Amino acid sequence: MKRAFGLAPLVLPFLLGGCNMVTMNPTGDIALQQRNLILFSVAVMLLIIVPVMVLTVVFAYRYRSSNPNKVYDPNFDHSTTLELVIWSCPLLIIIALSAVTWTSTHLLDPFRPLERISADKPIPADTKPLIVQVVALDWKWLFIYPDLGVATVNELALPVDVPVRFLITSTDQFNTFYAPTLAGMIYAMPTMRSELNAVLNKPGESWGYSGNYTGRGYSDMRFKLRGVETADFERWVAEVKASGNSLDLPKMLELVKPSEKVPVMRFAPVQEGLFDRAVNRCIEPGKPCMIDIMRQDMQAGGGNPHDSHMGHGMPSGREAEPLTGERAKPALQKAPQEKGTSPNVTKPVQPEPPGQLKPGDPKNRDQSATDPLPAICAPRSPRA
Amino acid sequence: MTDTLIKTIFGRLGLESFPIHEPILLGTFIVVALLGLSIVGAIAYFRLWGYLWREWFTSVDHKKIGIMYVILGIIMLLRGFADALMMRAQQAIAFGGNEGYLPAHHYDQIFTAHGTIMIFFVAIPLVVGLINYVMPLQIGARDVAFPFLNNLSFWLTAAGAALTMLSLFVGEFARTGWLSYAPLAGLDYSPDTGVDYYLWSLQIAGVGTTLSAINMVATIVKMRAPGMTMMKLPVFCWTALCSNVLAIAIFPALTAAFFLLMMDRYVGTNFFTNDRGGAPMMYWNMVWIWGHPEVYVLVLPAFGIYSEITSTFTGKRLFGYSSMVYATVVITILSYLVWLHHFFTMGAGPAVNSFFGIATMVISIPTGAKIFNWLFTMYRGNIRFELPMMWVVAFMLTFVVGGMTGVLLAIPPADFVLHNSLFLVAHFHNVIIGGVVFGLFAAIVYWFPKAFGFKLDPFWGKVAFWGWVIGYWVAWTPIYVVGLMGTARRVRHFDDPSFQPYFVIAAIGALIILVGILGFVMSIVMGFVKREKLRDTTGDPWDGRTLEWSTTSPPPAYNFAFTPVVHDLDAWYDMKARGYERPASGYRPIHMPKNTSAGVIIAGLSFTLGFGMVWYMWWLAALSFIALMIVAVGHTFNFKRDFYIPADEVARTESKRQRLLGMEA
Repeated sequence: MKRAFGLAPLVLPFLLGGCNMVTMNPTGDIALQQRNLILFSVAVMLLIIVPVMVLTVVFAYRYRSSNPNKVYDPNFDHSTTLELVIWSCPLLIIIALSAVTWTSTHLLDPFRPLERISADKPIPADTKPLIVQVVALDWKWLFIYPDLGVATVNELALPVDVPVRFLITSTDQFNTFYAPTLAGMIYAMPTMRSELNAVLNKPGESWGYSGNYTGRGYSDMRFKLRGVETADFERWVAEVKASGNSLDLPKMLELVKPSEKVPVMRFAPVQEGLFDRAVNRCIEPGKPCMIDIMRQDMQAGGGNPHDSHMGHGMPSGREAEPLTGERAKPALQKAPQEKGTSPNVTKPVQPEPPGQLKPGDPKNRDQSATDPLPAICAPRSPRA
Repeated sequence: MTDTLIKTIFGRLGLESFPIHEPILLGTFIVVALLGLSIVGAIAYFRLWGYLWREWFTSVDHKKIGIMYVILGIIMLLRGFADALMMRAQQAIAFGGNEGYLPAHHYDQIFTAHGTIMIFFVAIPLVVGLINYVMPLQIGARDVAFPFLNNLSFWLTAAGAALTMLSLFVGEFARTGWLSYAPLAGLDYSPDTGVDYYLWSLQIAGVGTTLSAINMVATIVKMRAPGMTMMKLPVFCWTALCSNVLAIAIFPALTAAFFLLMMDRYVGTNFFTNDRGGAPMMYWNMVWIWGHPEVYVLVLPAFGIYSEITSTFTGKRLFGYSSMVYATVVITILSYLVWLHHFFTMGAGPAVNSFFGIATMVISIPTGAKIFNWLFTMYRGNIRFELPMMWVVAFMLTFVVGGMTGVLLAIPPADFVLHNSLFLVAHFHNVIIGGVVFGLFAAIVYWFPKAFGFKLDPFWGKVAFWGWVIGYWVAWTPIYVVGLMGTARRVRHFDDPSFQPYFVIAAIGALIILVGILGFVMSIVMGFVKREKLRDTTGDPWDGRTLEWSTTSPPPAYNFAFTPVVHDLDAWYDMKARGYERPASGYRPIHMPKNTSAGVIIAGLSFTLGFGMVWYMWWLAALSFIALMIVAVGHTFNFKRDFYIPADEVARTESKRQRLLGMEA
């Protein structure tokens, strides 16, 4: 009877395989290889898991105390042969899996350029991958197509059978770019640039998500992943370009502010270098980019030969206020009046756009009590 | 001026800090307050405060401290499980246009509190409590190495738990996930009291856990009965030793990470901020250097429990004792080398990822060997299917699935698909419920008659068993499935209605687990009601094999009138087989540690220190800290720490026991 409970979870996923288990029915080659790897390793492990479960039930049944026909040997506590078997069986399985792990981790490394479009399709010689820059904002995804001069929010359109190289960063939080049908997930982190090389093989719509909790708007931070044929993709780019809704630094500043349930937005033309500014945390006007700070930092005296102190001659503006209000003052530096009160509000009190009514209010920094961004000048399409 | 004064006194505590406008919290508060008042009132009515203070709160007896740990764990389990039910209900209804009944602000606190409480204030106290109770008895000792430290550890853990609970009704808890990752938990994004509550309660409880671990290691290393060499140490003590060695090594990493985050929040340093050279990723590394071994801190003692129970109820020596010990040691060492598998998807590069992935898989070799050892202990055994053994079989069937999904997640490219999805959440609940929780329940059923002198009610015990086992599978199988459907964790609201049936099934599973929890509570209540019928007078109700069964149930304060001499691994079984007779005379006075109130007072002051720091009441924090130092230093000048139990009192206790055994015969 317990056996039924034990085996249910093993069998169930395969019975349910037909329904929309996207990770098991991916449309991208990378995700497909990952899926195959999962199925292969599960199969290898079942080689040992199933016998163990069966033996557990068999032994539990056969050696029950009410069974008079059993062998009872209270001093049976060692057998070199058996011990060899019980250590070597898991060892062999792990050796097999380790070999697979080593190769597959290298082959499917997200930073590694693709070597094929799908199992039976090599990459044509002169193909340049489509570059998509991904910026995780609070709480929406910004996709910039630098070579095409277009950008979108919460909508990722990709031509099928074209290798795509994602460059991924985030403005504030550790986020996870998660496209289960395409290639799984990878973190999007402030001040860092991660990469993902992937390709879609079938047209169709699916969802991409944020995989790492980032605060209040996290649940609804998802994007529509649209795989389209190349011709349709070009039409789509033209459509976006026709919208004439440009994305420049001031608009980027507005976009970076926290907002939830953001509808799809489309921008063209797109100012150059926005992604680099996001990585280097210098979207704010007047704030020096991290890369410059670091360069200066490494030179003794900031390049001044008479000053030998590390870190001197820093670019100004490093004390720039964060976008969402003034910089938080550490608790011990607060005057009594500055302490504020910390309410127990399970319900956020009232909708008040961040930093607009009371600039500098500490509430503005509270990532789980801010509210939807007021209308941004962009065409809105209702969310599916 | 008055405002300055008020703020100086009350810090950021204001009237708004109390949830008077929030029906869920207000209702909870009223129920908790009424329940608390009635318990306090009942204790006062029956004039039990003095008794509790003298015999329990200030006690340095490892058995009483163990029991208090377990009670703390069970109370916090109810809180943590209430959070789980609320999450399941929210996820079962919040689809499409329906936002569910919990706003993000509330839901995010609930999942944070659930994880924090279940690990720090349920699993750790239950494991530490069981080790505390059983280990000294198993090694034939009269108490732990540092009895006062033991009392202090417990009260520090309790103070941390109390601070966490307080956040329900005063201010709020963190909304950052159970490890409070930077930068989200930094001052820039979480300026309110939540993260401060989190940090202070875990720091206080963490000091307790570290001290307790030091204590247990010292006890096992130094206080074993004569003849008990390391290779005759019961497996539970071996696992307790490894688990506590792990805890000593890892808790400082967590304390340091939390300390640096506190510095960021209170002093304005930039260890884990985005700007000015902060490295949030460093925080992730530090908490997981603690976090992964922590899993083994919890599960190793559970493995020990399964070993003891399997051996007892199959009536056999444990198969492959030495390979069991080596497996435990190997797991202990390897568990330090795998933390990075918690963030393969940060993209550390294929060589690093492969190393940590393979290291993780290697752990499954000794773990697999352990499973086989239990299996072959059952082989050619005479298995009595009493409740503890049922838990063991359920564990073996459940845990191997969790182990399998664990190895799957250790393969980096597979992890790229499944990480941070509900598949991962289902995996760790599979190993923690199937591995740790089942073991803890088995242990409680198994050792309860030792602690209280009567068995738990078997009918309700079975209700608890089936509730948990069936409930586990009903609740978590659909979560595995939605994980494969690409659902991320910690999501409050979904758009895709095709997930909904799975979440509804999961919610039903949670309700079945609720039946299991109520069944467990009932098995204690009904056990108490029927205690005369379930009474154990022999001290050895299960035909046990290790030393704890050689003394009375419950054991006298001094555990053993004569320190046992050990000749074999299963010492008590060996004594029984050789026709051991209890000595009836020749008692000597027994040297015992004296109770002290310093532990309660120091923990109480730590609580007010934490409260003062959370609410920016600097005066309160400073006063508490000074007082704490005075009490701690003052206690070191207390030289009256021990006393002797006179020989005739020992003789009286022992002859009473002798009479009971005579009646038995």
